[in-house]
Amino acid sequence: MPRIEFDRAGVVVPLPGDGGSRVVLEPTTLELTEHRIGVIGANGSGKSTLARMLNGLVLATTGSVRVDGLDVRRDAAAVRRTVGFCFTDPAAQLVMPTCVEDIELSLRRQEKSPSRRRELALAVLDENGLLEHAHDSVHSLSGGQKQMLALAGVLAVRPSLVVADEPTTLLDLANTRRVGDLLFDLEQQLMLVTHDLDLARRCDRVLVVADARVTFDGDADEAVEHYVTSVSA
Amino acid sequence: MSQGSGSVLVGIYQPGTTLLHRLPVGVKVVALGVLSLSIVLVRSMPASFAFLAVALLLVSVARVRLRTLWRAARSILLLAAFVAAFQWWWYGGAKAIESFVDLVTLALAAVVVTATTSVNAMLDAVVRWLGPFRRIGVKPERVALAFALAIGALPGTVTLAHETRDAARARGLGRHPRAYLSPFVIRVVARAMETGDALHARGIGDD
Repeated sequence: MPRIEFDRAGVVVPLPGDGGSRVVLEPTTLELTEHRIGVIGANGSGKSTLARMLNGLVLATTGSVRVDGLDVRRDAAAVRRTVGFCFTDPAAQLVMPTCVEDIELSLRRQEKSPSRRRELALAVLDENGLLEHAHDSVHSLSGGQKQMLALAGVLAVRPSLVVADEPTTLLDLANTRRVGDLLFDLEQQLMLVTHDLDLARRCDRVLVVADARVTFDGDADEAVEHYVTSVSA
Repeated sequence: MSQGSGSVLVGIYQPGTTLLHRLPVGVKVVALGVLSLSIVLVRSMPASFAFLAVALLLVSVARVRLRTLWRAARSILLLAAFVAAFQWWWYGGAKAIESFVDLVTLALAAVVVTATTSVNAMLDAVVRWLGPFRRIGVKPERVALAFALAIGALPGTVTLAHETRDAARARGLGRHPRAYLSPFVIRVVARAMETGDALHARGIGDD
């Protein structure tokens, strides 16, 4: 598994107007090598920021973040080839008219031959149970199918680490299970930011984030217990 | 999901193996240009109907489904009818019919190119055509991506418009333009930023 390293990595953002600033994530030091890592916490606690720092969507303003030895700031393009990122709302990720074309867009950089690219894209759709929708408009898919397609686009380029930021928040129970099973069957390392505590319990290690800090780091059941207790207190 | 949003420009491409599907993109685009120019330059009723016959022949060769044809051409038909009505009033019936037929022919020819060419094939062609301009700093992949985004953003934006209108109506503010336009603009900008993040995360544009 890739080694994820946060070395006193923190994020402070300037506030508009008065010249003040807000701490989004306190300086954090972590070393993560587990297969499945969960991140739970309240809205606005800083957990998405933590996840976004892994592929440079948010850059640390103090300290550094490294994935598999690559510095997220310095080796940005290489890091993006290593880290696949799946967002909450798949509609923002699907940019091509049809399903097969959206997968082909992911594959453009690694496969220059259009016919080979089409073959690979169809194979990816087949692996993810979307082959029958290959030539359908991405806008005609259900929410669950869109999220599966967005994930397929991420997995098409075979990243070593998959970061999923609340991928099941907009889904019904059946699709939550489907997407959850897909994520937990991956051979790749997974960092899952979620409000679904059942999914969090399936992780090997769980971080609880509150008030811009990691307040608990350890076993999944204990982490969920810690989170539930802190919310109830 | 709002009805019809998915049908704006997307889903017109029909995978197939007809002669027109197999023609290189460049040949189709040049042919479309030549046909368009000819329609503009050759002004006569018989010529207009001859061009229409050519367009219909191409539709038939490409085996474009009637549903696709109707979906893609209906807005052009409305425009053509409006232009024809105006010309009837200004120049008379013959000129109006000629203009109507010319516009329909152009729409049919464009649909044939779109129905037989995938967006990715079009992107590959744009990248190839812009290749020589790399030496003056043009990045063909980025230009092609901009085309793809422009095409892809339209149905998503229409969906946002429908959702925002429904939300305004649900609050009893259906007749207040501000209750509709402000959140619509904010949501479009937010969606653009999310799409930018998603493209960035997928490493698209890194080359």
